[in-house]
Amino acid sequence: MTGDLRGKAAIVGTGHAGFGEARGLTAYDVMAQAGLAAVADAGLSLADVDGLFCTMMEDSMPALMAAEYLGIQPRFVDGTMTGGSSFVNYLTSAAMALDVGLCDVALIVYGSNQRTASGRLVTASRPPEYEAPYKPRYPISAYAMAAARHMHEYGTTREQLADVAVAARAWAQHNPEAFERGPLSREDVLAARMVGDPLTVRDCCLVTDGGGAIVMVRADRARDCPKPPVYLLGSAAASSHRQISQMRDFSTTAARESGAQAFAAAGVAPGDIDLVELYDAFTINTILFLEDLGFCAKGEGGAFVEGGRIAPGGVLPVNTNGGGLSCVHPGMYGIFTVIEAARQIRGDAPGQQLENIDLALAHGNGGVLSSQVTAILGSGNTL
Amino acid sequence: MQEITGSDQTFRRALANGEIALPKCDSCGKFHFFPRVVCPHCHETALSWRRASGRGEVYTTTVVRRRSEQGGDYNICMVELEEGVRMMSRVEGIAPADVTIGMAVTVYVGEIDGQPAVLCRPVEG
Ligand SMILES: [Zn+2]
Repeated sequence: MTGDLRGKAAIVGTGHAGFGEARGLTAYDVMAQAGLAAVADAGLSLADVDGLFCTMMEDSMPALMAAEYLGIQPRFVDGTMTGGSSFVNYLTSAAMALDVGLCDVALIVYGSNQRTASGRLVTASRPPEYEAPYKPRYPISAYAMAAARHMHEYGTTREQLADVAVAARAWAQHNPEAFERGPLSREDVLAARMVGDPLTVRDCCLVTDGGGAIVMVRADRARDCPKPPVYLLGSAAASSHRQISQMRDFSTTAARESGAQAFAAAGVAPGDIDLVELYDAFTINTILFLEDLGFCAKGEGGAFVEGGRIAPGGVLPVNTNGGGLSCVHPGMYGIFTVIEAARQIRGDAPGQQLENIDLALAHGNGGVLSSQVTAILGSGNTL
Repeated sequence: MQEITGSDQTFRRALANGEIALPKCDSCGKFHFFPRVVCPHCHETALSWRRASGRGEVYTTTVVRRRSEQGGDYNICMVELEEGVRMMSRVEGIAPADVTIGMAVTVYVGEIDGQPAVLCRPVEG
């Protein structure tokens, strides 16, 4: 997205459903409940939706399934699948479609029942041919190898990784919507069951059900909606590979490119950002993205997160809902980075509401560190 | 009629003969892996096959933890071949957790589940 779209579209509704366990519901039920909540939040109804942005793990044509389920006939559909980053990516395509009038009300929506359906991370993709014989466990083996490489190159420690999980839990403890709210110490993380060295089960995201939805309209219409608009100031995507064996540098992600472009489009810098929401599928993600997005230098991410510096009361609020590590992780978490950022800006965050949040960054990750999408959101004060 | 042999097929046939064949670009001279019909570096399509030297180094590694009754822990690594390509593999012959980044390995054709596969073992001495 170029600076031409800065502030042209706004998030006017957010919704979620089925956090934790949505027993008895299908993934599409959860999707629909989230979508209904978001359009109600925007003061609209499903009948107003004429742009649909959706992907799910369940089908080859999930956006069409979702439209059919919701009883709508959108004139613009985007079902681009870049994994968990898809929903941050849709902010760009929704803003473009809105700007040129291809739709007037954009609904970005997702739902999953992976926890109650199977209890495992759902994946629709077949294992890559040249990797499958070695029986990697996806996605953890990929992220474990990235963590190992980061530790090797920069001296990042398991304690620093653990502190990412501890900070996420500390935020989650303030959030009644979060799935895991019990106490969690660095020692707990280190002593937890090792799943894929160097990551223990507490370095890994939750496996929950859940759905999320976002309604976007053009800025002129946004002012008539009941909630304060949250403007899309800049967004950009970058991808470096699909299969982990094709990742060139395991300790640097394409977030470097997506972040730089999103900042340029928004006309702001990392130092201006009040709040950061990152796709934390594993503890190493938070460290990698803080570095690659420019919040600290490459290799300093471990020190940056150490000892509560991204926890409540720290130097930078990161993943204030508890993240994928402690709040919710239904297969593709990306949409929740945007929802939490928008709610913090609006002032109706479910957990600890921070004061004077005008500029927030939401970052989605897809595949195995493959797709990186960064969005910068702002209050009316940032226009 | 001449039989058409795809890039994947060529690699697998060589593997079945105990050889690791790598595609090398005639234009830019770089190797790539996985095999494909276009050089991912310069996008030219004239490619030749070369036998890998078998010298490599562990780029990164992990242990997949598995219950002992299901076969126990095993290693997964990314091995960087001397030719400059990287692939997923496994270091055999030592405990999975003893595999380290930077370890020099010999890359060879072994077997996984009865199928030929690229495997590694630590360089002796
Ligand atoms: Zn070439």
